[in-house]
Amino acid sequence: MHEMGIILHLARTLDETAERERLEKIEAVTLQVGEVSGIMTDLFVDCWNYFRKKHPALAECELKLETVPAVTWCDCCKRTYETVKYGRECPYCHSQETWLLKGNECIIKEILAE
Amino acid sequence: MKVISLNATVTASNDRDAEALRGEMRREGVLLVNLMSAPGAGKTTLLSRLIGDMRDVRFAVMEADIESTVDAERIEALGARAVQVHTGGMCHMDAGMTARAWREVAGKDVDIAVLENVGNLICPAEYDTGAGCKAMILSVPEGDDKPLKYPLMFAESDALVISKVDALGWFDFDVEKCAARARRLNPDIRVFPLSAKTGEGMAALEDWLRARLDGWRKR
Repeated sequence: MHEMGIILHLARTLDETAERERLEKIEAVTLQVGEVSGIMTDLFVDCWNYFRKKHPALAECELKLETVPAVTWCDCCKRTYETVKYGRECPYCHSQETWLLKGNECIIKEILAE
Repeated sequence: MKVISLNATVTASNDRDAEALRGEMRREGVLLVNLMSAPGAGKTTLLSRLIGDMRDVRFAVMEADIESTVDAERIEALGARAVQVHTGGMCHMDAGMTARAWREVAGKDVDIAVLENVGNLICPAEYDTGAGCKAMILSVPEGDDKPLKYPLMFAESDALVISKVDALGWFDFDVEKCAARARRLNPDIRVFPLSAKTGEGMAALEDWLRARLDGWRKR
């Protein structure tokens, strides 16, 4: 399952950070998730809550998600538009020479720790 | 209580593993190919043909599946080295899993190691496995619209194999249209229409693989 795979990598980064920074406890982690990253946010949080019960070091770590809106750039008319609403085709000039500027990311922004 | 800024991609730990494995493969002169496709596109059939045709190249195959050992058995029957990896329900292989599979075959004489990824056009595209080259298969029955539906897979692949061209007469699959759609996402992608069953088009792919292996060892 895709979300669980991401969570295993997230947990590893958190464990490594806790060791490096000599943290006693991680209270929360904030992730920035792009609108078109393919991550199902509800499912992602459910997976996290399932996982952390089995991983004592992160049992009390809350997962916070911030959504990053997806924006596409049109090479033809040099404008940007909302990716989710219009998709691949530019709503202004109907060109398909378009590129995703942001919205595909999944970034660990910060952790709150003691 | 303190806030620690990380600003790291969530797969950063995977990317580190991937770079380490790629470095190891380069030192050993082994080209690792990440082969991806939907289930049933013909990954194992294509590999069987390549192993049979390219007798001068020593292949090892890492078969990733959620269940079963049928693919590894097919490859071993051809005399190539194979290891079956079970992903534990996971929809893709990551670099750590690939490195562990490689340990099973490393140290033996291998020129090209193929990771036969889990059949899936979505998740495997998102994970760097440490491969030196990525190839995907789209089979004729799947339809020429797939670059529109699964853009990341086509954007990430170095080569697109269009398989089962012997069945073109039964399907409305336009090879040129499919290639153009793939190139719009990835101008450098190499396209190989072929049939592993009849052998049509295999030589072009085999030449490309040999060139990639030479290039990998010279760099």
